[in-house]
Order: sequence, then structure tokens, then C-alpha cells
Amino acid sequence: MNSSHPSFLPPASDEKHNHMPQSPLLLDATLSEPALEAVHLRKDFPLQRIKLGGAPRAVHAVEDVSLALYPGRATALVGESGSGKTTMARLLAGVYQPTTGTLRYQGEAVSIKGQAALKAYRHKVQLVFQDPFASLNPVHTIAYHLSRPLRLHGHVHNAREEQQAIRSLLERVSLTPAEQYMPKFPHQLSGGQRQRVAIARALAVQPSVLLADEPVSMLDVSIRLGVLNLLLRLKEEEQLAILFITHDIASARYFAEETLVMYAGQLVEGGPSDEIIQRPKHPYTQLLLSAAPDPDKMGQKSNPARAGLASAHEGLSTPEKSPAHEYAVPAIKGEPPSLINPPSGCRFRTRCPHAMPQCSQAFPARSTVGKGHWAHCFLYGG
Amino acid sequence: MHTNGYQSSYSSTDTAVSPSAQTLLEVKHVSVDYDTARGPLHAVQDVSFTLKRGQIFGLAGESGSGKSTLAYAIARLLRPPAVITEGEVLFYRRHENDLDDEIDVFSLSPSQLRAFRWSELAIVFQSAMNALNPVISIEKQILDVLQVHDPGKKRSEYRERAVELLRLVGIASDRLRSFPHELSGGMRQRAIIAIAMALNPEIIIMDEPTTALDVVVQREILRELMTLRERFNFSVIFITHDLSLLLEIADAVAIMYAGRLIETATQGELYHHPLHPYTNGLLNSFPTLHGPQRKLVGIPGSPPDLRSVPPGCAFHPRCSFAFPPCKTIVPVLLSPKREKPDLRVACHLYDDDRNPAGPPAQLSAPFVDIELTQDELPAVVPTPPAKELEGEVQ
Amino acid sequence: MQPQIESTPVTSAIIEESIPDGRVKRRGRLWRSILGVLGANTKMSIGLGIVGFFLLVAIVGPLFIHEGPNPFTNDIFQAPSLHHLLGTTSKGEDVFTQLVLGAWPTLLIGLVSGVLATMLSVIFGLTSGYFGGWIDDLLSLLINIFIVLPGLPLAVVIASLTNTQFKGSWSLIIVLFLTTWAWGARVLRAQTLSMRRREFVGAAQAVGETPLRVIFAEILPNEIALVAASFVSTVIYTLLAEIALQFLGLGDVSTNSWGAMLFWAQTNQALLAGAWWWFLPPGLCMALVGAGLSLINFGIDELANPRLRNESGNKKRAGRITAGGRINPASAVKGKVA
Repeated sequence: MNSSHPSFLPPASDEKHNHMPQSPLLLDATLSEPALEAVHLRKDFPLQRIKLGGAPRAVHAVEDVSLALYPGRATALVGESGSGKTTMARLLAGVYQPTTGTLRYQGEAVSIKGQAALKAYRHKVQLVFQDPFASLNPVHTIAYHLSRPLRLHGHVHNAREEQQAIRSLLERVSLTPAEQYMPKFPHQLSGGQRQRVAIARALAVQPSVLLADEPVSMLDVSIRLGVLNLLLRLKEEEQLAILFITHDIASARYFAEETLVMYAGQLVEGGPSDEIIQRPKHPYTQLLLSAAPDPDKMGQKSNPARAGLASAHEGLSTPEKSPAHEYAVPAIKGEPPSLINPPSGCRFRTRCPHAMPQCSQAFPARSTVGKGHWAHCFLYGG
Repeated sequence: MHTNGYQSSYSSTDTAVSPSAQTLLEVKHVSVDYDTARGPLHAVQDVSFTLKRGQIFGLAGESGSGKSTLAYAIARLLRPPAVITEGEVLFYRRHENDLDDEIDVFSLSPSQLRAFRWSELAIVFQSAMNALNPVISIEKQILDVLQVHDPGKKRSEYRERAVELLRLVGIASDRLRSFPHELSGGMRQRAIIAIAMALNPEIIIMDEPTTALDVVVQREILRELMTLRERFNFSVIFITHDLSLLLEIADAVAIMYAGRLIETATQGELYHHPLHPYTNGLLNSFPTLHGPQRKLVGIPGSPPDLRSVPPGCAFHPRCSFAFPPCKTIVPVLLSPKREKPDLRVACHLYDDDRNPAGPPAQLSAPFVDIELTQDELPAVVPTPPAKELEGEVQ
Repeated sequence: MQPQIESTPVTSAIIEESIPDGRVKRRGRLWRSILGVLGANTKMSIGLGIVGFFLLVAIVGPLFIHEGPNPFTNDIFQAPSLHHLLGTTSKGEDVFTQLVLGAWPTLLIGLVSGVLATMLSVIFGLTSGYFGGWIDDLLSLLINIFIVLPGLPLAVVIASLTNTQFKGSWSLIIVLFLTTWAWGARVLRAQTLSMRRREFVGAAQAVGETPLRVIFAEILPNEIALVAASFVSTVIYTLLAEIALQFLGLGDVSTNSWGAMLFWAQTNQALLAGAWWWFLPPGLCMALVGAGLSLINFGIDELANPRLRNESGNKKRAGRITAGGRINPASAVKGKVA
């Protein structure tokens, strides 16, 4: 894996970093060093089934992913199911051990083997789960949920301090008046409130990195923005490094400065969010964007999804021939490949309209395709 | 359309009917309660709408809106503790010479209901894995449906029909013998749609059919659905929480909130001129892909718990335009423009008696930035039930 | 999103009703919640009433008995009368007195065995379910061995082999709980296996809880209904097994207990003598206690699974359209000109 250090960036100031791909956003030389880095992470889940005479099989969930999270910045990781984004979250949170590759926290490699090391790591990196209904224990009060991390990580030493700390945590996530929420049980709160409690619980540990695994996917549409805005506010106030995992690329644009796109365990494109969305380079990103619902394109009579329909209804005039959709929706049917036997080389090649012979031989290296914008595709070099 | 003898009495290629005969389903004042230990819970209240032939009718709402309950009520799939307390559902079955049979769905006997179901009305459920029997192959499940509802044919005829159905939805015939777990999520959903279409129903109710699927697969399935609909001309009641999706595919959209219909409009009307403040707020809750980046706020508060619905208009605690009648009087779903009777909204702002000044200008254009700072958030009305939280956040 | 009509977990569903605001003291809330659970449905109330009655008799009854149960009087095999409420035995002892005095030893043995067995099944079941791997394999092996061993025959063998000195209550208790803990352990293990995949368990681990705390403070409270049901079932079994063993003479027949009464009744040919008042009351009382406990179990089931509640109540409501349709289907289809 070459280092593809873009020439217009200032040289790496620290020896430790120069074999790791620089975050393309290091345009500002005064940007602090990354809070958390993943270096060439790879994760295989061995399958238990014993096949006589066959090679041991495994689910190759993540293949060679590197990323960096910076304090006060949000990075979005976009992908569909089977892309490996949830596995990435778990790897970064220390739930799984990577098969190969390292994690670095503030430049130092971390080991998460052993209870003590794991606990120390979790002090710095916290995970917020997707399902607000499931991540809280139904038999415990909110106050209990928040008191545990405070006690376990030694932030409070007596009941009075604990009460104060819980109150201030609830206020930070805008669950006020705090006293009213403390004795409640999870089922008495709405989904958005539960998610705020989950965020408060993560904050209780006083981490510097927050990994949010689809934090709003299971919330009602009208309250998603509240939770997202809360995370943005906390990012600014606490200078948290946030990883925002989502399948909704529009919310990635709203929330994060940088967006990374994953497909079938491989990182395929990355760069500033707006750049990725306005000028997607990788064919998969283009496919994703063409399929995403775009509010600005709705309600138009020349909607291609409805092209050619006989209209016997009120309110619609006779449809004219629909203009071509901005990104031609490829007529490729397909779903992400099985990760037990993924395609060799670039895993998207089976669905890619631009597939070339070399795509099956190796996974393309990183090529620069714009300002701070990179892609792994032979179309652009690699 | 040749379907090996499965033709319903209505020929689907017959589009030469007058607009007034277009009504397929009339839902009138349907209400559904759930009997709980603490008294009845009003899941659906006084919902009325009309479904036309060949129309895609979108039913949008968040949690607690009652949209799924309403759909199941129409199909009479509700079980205790859910009880339909009032209303009727009239289905117009077409015969020759444009004559219609009016069928009162709630009065059908069990055997009539069985005949009605699937041949006239089919349902596609949210999660295909829940709807498909995991130990029976896809082929057998389609054959089961065909054999039950249209008995007396030869097995080979059934099998041909099954192959054709799967082909229609884009599943190769060599997958006929597969079990549900061997198919991907998208294929399972397609299989469910194929089963729903087995008897050429007039109405297919789809309850969040693509929510569990990835964006790309969702787009494909929706496109296929539109093609099928164009070809076979069935109507669809499409239930989802994703309003942006409905704005792309639905002809008419109805928004539900806390068990009531609060707005009905066509796709274009809803997008260009959302009437209800809730709809407006909802449309403002979708981050855009293109265009300038704006700070979006969503709607403060959260959808109400049906156990303690605010009095008057259920939306008033979250509404930036609330004024005194909203707190006490439930608004009625009415049309503000006489020439467009299907455009209806349940909001006092459009009631000339209560609000002579007319609706505020901010509501007449889409994507208005209702930039609310903390101070401008509507003051929460103290609500009677003790369980209500004051100053509740989302 | 489904409407929020999901079934709520047992404990919190009841507790919620008793919280008007955040100021209720912890103890008051716990008390109210316990009362809430106890009175939750009919079966539970009846069952508790029965068992409670017998417990009361067992505890308080002896205070009202002024004479011992074993005075040898001359009234042999007397039928029930005002003087001897349940008649007398072959030695002239008062059956009613024996019944009342024997209640406590009988119930105590059953309860203690039940408690010990449940404790063991919780520890083994939850531990093997949570950890998986070799710990699970080892403990499962142990559990399976104990399940396979036939309970009652084993109890008979052990009881008959032990020395007379040890045939007291404690040997009986040990025999009983050793043969009954394994079933509960298996059930709890299965429940724990599914519970540990729930996200809140992962969240607790992510926060840094030790496994001990995760098992007993996070998972166990969610399985309380199962533990309670398992406890009640175990007690039913131990009571019946106890009475069976005592009837066979394998318990300490010099103590007062219902089983011992049956033993003596049988040895003294009460059946032949037609002295039904000697053997019927203890058997009947035991059956009633068993029935009461079973009702409690049904009550727990209904509480834990809200879908079992209230199904019958709906059908009685008049004038409402149930999902089954209106009254006259004949009028459903009406021909109409479009």
C-alpha cells in the first residue's frame, strides 16, 4: 500500500505519520493531530462450519480501511448494509479486535487486550448505538444509567457529586428539568429522549472521541435534526472528534465536514462532504447519489420515476417525455456481494459500468481527484 | 393481458371510464381504539378518504400517527385489543357496463372476507422475513396462495403462474425453489410483492415496503413497482414515514398525526404549497443533497404518546403558529378552496371564522427557513395529564 | 414506525402507575410496585390468597393450639365432631391439631428447598449463558447430568440409604434441592443466551461494567419473571416430592408434617377402618397449596406477557365493531349503479 502523500500538502511533521495516508483535509497546517486513527484495519470473522478438505472460510468484513478523526470535526462514514461500517464502529470502539492493522490514539498505538487496557481505552472512545429502544436497560432508571459510567470511571465519589453530575449531564443534552427525567424508566421516554440519554451516558465518561452508529436512523423524521444539532453543538463545545455512520448521504452532508464512502468492506472514496456529493467520482458513489431521494427534485411533473404513466388523475397534466435524470440511474440490478467470497480486487466491479480487466486483479490505490478529494478507482489512476 | 384464466371481471386495459366512476375505495369516518388497562386509546380517529382506480395514495406519518393501524383496519386484520369503533369502508367492485358493486368491507362474513382478500385487496408487509414462512420454499408459498383462492386448476397451471409472477418482479425462475433465507433482502421483498399480485388485486396496501432496504435496492423496487402498476392498473396505498419518497411516487398524499388526518393533497400541491404547519416542518426536516446548506431545525418536541394526546389540535404544543383555538378545539379536515375538494387541511389557520386574516405568509412556500432560536420556541402549554413532561424536548 | 403500543416489561409497567412525579421516595415506590404486582390479576390474587391462608395457618395457628397433638386419649378413630374438629387418629390424637401444627414444617421444607434450588439455578444458568465458551460447556454438562438423573427415584435411594439420624428435615431438603435445580438452570441459560445479545448489555459492557455486574445487575432484573415462575414451579415440585417421600417413610416420621400424617394413617390402616378424616385433610391441603401455587404461576405468565391479558373482555362489549365484522353479513354486498 503506497503512501500516496499528496504533494501539495506540507510534509508530515512527525515521523510516525509518514507511512499513513494523510487525511486529505490537512490543508490547514495548524490542524491538530488526529484524536483517533485507524491504520490499515482489517477484520475477518472466521466461520465455524467445518468443511472437509476446504480452506477455512471467513466473513471478510473490513478490508484495509484507514481513517483519521480530528478533535472538533465530524467525519461521516456512508455505506449500505454489508459495507462494513458497523464493523468499523465496533473495531474503533474496541468491541472487536482487528485481524490486522492498528489503532492509534493521539498518535500512540493502543492495545485493547485485557480488561484494564480496554477500560482505559473506553475512557477515551465511546460508542452511541443505533437503537434507542434497545440500548437502555428497561428495568433501570435514567439516573442509574448515567450513574454507572460516572462511578466506574471515577468521576464522582459520593452521592451528592453523583446527583450533581447527572443533573449537569442531562442539561447538556437539553433534557430539562433534569429532576423530572432522573427517576423515569426508558419506556416512559420518547425515542429522541432516549437517544439523548444514550448520548449523555457516552459523555459521562468524558471521552474525546464519539462514535455514533446511525444515531438517528430509528428516530422519527421530525426529531432527527434535533439530535443531530445536539451532536454538532457538543462537537463544538467539547471539541469532540465524531464519527457519524449513516446510510443517508444527505444527512452526512448536513452533519459532517468530511465524508468517506464504503462498499463491501472497502473504502472507495473520501473528501469534503460537499465535494463528494456535488462531484462524485467513484461509480459506486454516483450510484448511491442517483438512488438517494432528493427533496429538491420532488414534486416535479417530469419525475423520471413516473415517466410514461398514463395519467387519468386530476392534478397532473399530460406528461411530456421526461428529461434524462441528472445521474443516469444505471439499469444494473444488484446487491452488495457476499463477504464470505467477495469479488477479487475491487469488490464493486461486478456492478460497475466501467469495469476493466485490472479491476479484478488488485484493489486500486488511492488517487487524488480533487481538492482534498480522493478515490480508489482505476478510472483515475491507481 | 393474458393470465391463464385468472382474469378478474375487470379488464385492466379498460381505461375508457368516466372520471366520476373512478372511485375504488371509500373510507368513511373510521376510528380504531386499543383497549388498554387504563381505558381506550384512540389510535385512529375519524379518518375519511377516497381512493381512485389506478392511483397511488400515500399515507405518511410518524410513530403514533395510526397509519399502520388504519391500513390493517381496512383489511380487517386487527385483533383484540384493537377494536374498530365506528366507520365504514366501501369497496366498489367493477362489473361490466361500468356498474359497480358496493361492498361494505366491515360487514363481510368470514367466507366473504376470504374471497375478498387477496383477489381484491392484498397487503405487502414491512419486513418480508416476517411475512414469509421460513421453512417453505417461495414456490410453495405462491402455490399455496393460488390454490386457496383459485382452486380447481392443474398443478402445472399454478406453477406457470408462479413463474410468471416471479418474472414480473424480476426474480429468475431458477430461484423458485429457494427458501426465504437464501434470498437477499431485496429479492425477498420482491417475492412478497409477487405473492401480493398473484390474483390481480385491485388494491395493494404496502406498509413500509422498502424501509428495511438499502437506498439502491429501494430505488429499483420502486421503479419496478411503478412499471407493474402502469401495466396492471391496480391502486396502491403506500404507507411510510418517509415523506420525501411519497413526494416522488405518490399521486395523492395524506398526512396523519396522532390518529387523525391533518392534510390531504396531490403530490405537487403538497410539495409546492404545504398547508399544515406540521407538513411544512416535516418537509423542512430533510437535509438536501444540493443547494445551499442551511441550518435545519426540524420540529421541536416529539410526536405525542397516544396515552396522553394534547387537547384541541394534537400538534399545537409543537406548532409555531398556534393561537388560542388550537389549544381547545379539534380542527376539522376541510378544504380551504372550494374548487379543489380533495385538497384538505385540518388547521384553524385556514378557518375563515377563527382566523380572518388568513394563513401566515410563511406557510405558502416550501422550505421556508423557520429559523427558531431557543427563545422563539413555542411556549409549551401546560397539559392536564400528570404524566406530560413540561418543557419537553425531542 | 409502529405506534407505541408495544407491550411493556413487567416491572416497569406496574411501577409507572405509581410515579406521580419525581419526588416519591425509593422505599415507597418499591412497596407500591410490589402491591401492584401482587394484585395485578385474578389468578394471581386467588393463588396468593390460598397460599397466604395456609402460610398464615402455619405461622399463627400453633399459637391457638393449647395442647400438643399427641396426647393419647381414649377417643380412638373418632369421626369429626365438635370436640375433635377433624376426628382422631388410631391413638386418639386430634387430627385437626396435627394438621395445623404440621403445616409449618411441611411448607418450610418445600420453601427452603425451593429457595436453594432457585439460587443454584440462577447462578449456574446465568453464568453459563453469559460467558459461553468452555465455561458454558462445562456448566451445561453439569446441568445436563443433574437433569438426566431421575429425581424422585434418586431422592428415594438417597433418603433410604442415609442414616436414621440424618433423616431429619435437612437431609430431605438437601435431597430435594439437588434434584430440582437443574431444570431452572437450563431455562435460565436459554433466556440469558438470548438476552446477552441485546444492545443494552453491549452498552453496559462498553461503559465498563464487570461481568459480575452485567450478569446480576443488568441481565437478571430482566429475567425476574422467569426466575419467579421457576421458583414457584420448583416449590410445587418439592412440596409434592416431600410429601411423597414422607409417605414412604423416608423422611423423619416423628416430626409433625402432613406427609408423616399420611404415613401413619397408612400404617394404621386408616383406609380399612374408614377413617377418611385422617388421610383426606393432609392430602387435600397439599393439593390446595399446589393449586394456589400454580395459579400464582399463571398469574405471573399473564403479567409477563401482556398479550394474554384481557382477551375475553373485548368480546363482551356491545355495539362495537370488532375485527370480526358487523352483525349481518347478508347486507354486505349491495348492487349499485355507478
